[in-house]
Amino acid sequence: MKSMQPTQRQIFYAMLVLAGLAWVWLSAADPGAVTAGRIPAPQAGFLAPDFTLETIDGQAVRLADLRGQPVVVNFWASWCPPCRAEMPALQRVHEEYASRGLVILAVNATAQDSLSDVTAFLDEYNLTFPVPLDPGDAMRAYQVQSLPSTFFIGPDGVIREVVIGGPIAEALLRSRVEQLIAEQP
Amino acid sequence: MFPTLQLGPLNLQAPPLFILLAIWLGLSLAERFAPRRGISADTLYNLVFAALVSGILGARLGFIALNPSAFTSLWDVVSLNPGLLDTPSGLAAALLAAFIYGQRKKMPLWPTLDALTPLFAVTMLGIGFSRLASGQAFGMETSLPWAIDLWGARRHPTQAYEILAALATLLLLSPKLAPSTRSGVLFARFAALTAGWNLFILAFRGDSTLLPGGLRAEQLIAWMVLTAALILLDRLHNQIPENSTRNIESAP
Repeated sequence: MKSMQPTQRQIFYAMLVLAGLAWVWLSAADPGAVTAGRIPAPQAGFLAPDFTLETIDGQAVRLADLRGQPVVVNFWASWCPPCRAEMPALQRVHEEYASRGLVILAVNATAQDSLSDVTAFLDEYNLTFPVPLDPGDAMRAYQVQSLPSTFFIGPDGVIREVVIGGPIAEALLRSRVEQLIAEQP
Repeated sequence: MFPTLQLGPLNLQAPPLFILLAIWLGLSLAERFAPRRGISADTLYNLVFAALVSGILGARLGFIALNPSAFTSLWDVVSLNPGLLDTPSGLAAALLAAFIYGQRKKMPLWPTLDALTPLFAVTMLGIGFSRLASGQAFGMETSLPWAIDLWGARRHPTQAYEILAALATLLLLSPKLAPSTRSGVLFARFAALTAGWNLFILAFRGDSTLLPGGLRAEQLIAWMVLTAALILLDRLHNQIPENSTRNIESAP
């Protein structure tokens, strides 16, 4: 570039700018080329993978039935210290926002837990939101590699944010829940 | 995709770890080359430190200002949770702190930006690895032989494209770290190269913000940055005579 004369350089730069603009136009996305919301995957921008699980009370919970409501799916186990630490915050947020349509599903990693420990845990923390028991299928569908993992799902069934690890800050939980509730029709 | 790294009992979040590692490596590299630009390594380190600390504080304060009702306890205000940060506020605070520190220490703009370029370039590399770890910034579906299985489809490995492009940028700029390069040119070249490859790679992303006509908003931003960087390069070539880099010792 050092050998270029100023006029040559300016012409070269102008060509680069025009080529860049042409690339923007040529690479415009076709309808459907951008994946968001079309297929299920455990990532922000994708449809939340559906699951049907039984709660500890024996009731069936199907995620797809909750379409139209904001949902927080939290994967946890009773032996996991950060899961224990964040449960009171989840309970407080549930108590405050359930009347505004929020659903919290605290999916227990039952394949890595024991039912007696889960029952003791629920009693200890006085948890009143649904606790579906997952033998492993939901964890696989959500590619959960670390507990706790929390998925914020919009009323349209699309994942808005994934928080891996914990304990999740109550302020983060509240701010994201308020955003989801504001999206409700 | 490897969002967490299991080191014994420790379960570390890989994406932010890559960014932190890149900042540390980039800053070490920048400190090493700063004296060639007439900037003391210590002053440069202090500038970056002030910007980082102010950025984090600004990002937290910005988040609190935007979500005041979410904070019900003081503990959340000082929580280490990185989700409680507002990026635009953090960037504004970091830039302001860097500007004030630079003014007080009378740091010359272009040599300082040149000295910081290794940090910027390595950070771009870290962002690529961070996105590869988290699976963010994913590509469009494709049947190309080098496609990867990600989020339920065969996709362009856009994170790998970013890593390769950032590596190439580092290699292209490294011989230019000599003191004879005109002030500001190194930084402007970095900006032009980075905007250029982003403009190209963004065409293969599957998470773009679409404008009417299918235009990608992020590509238009990259094009504007490229245009600005090329205008800057041209002005620097025209206005500053060759070998004008002064050995300016920054103020103590």
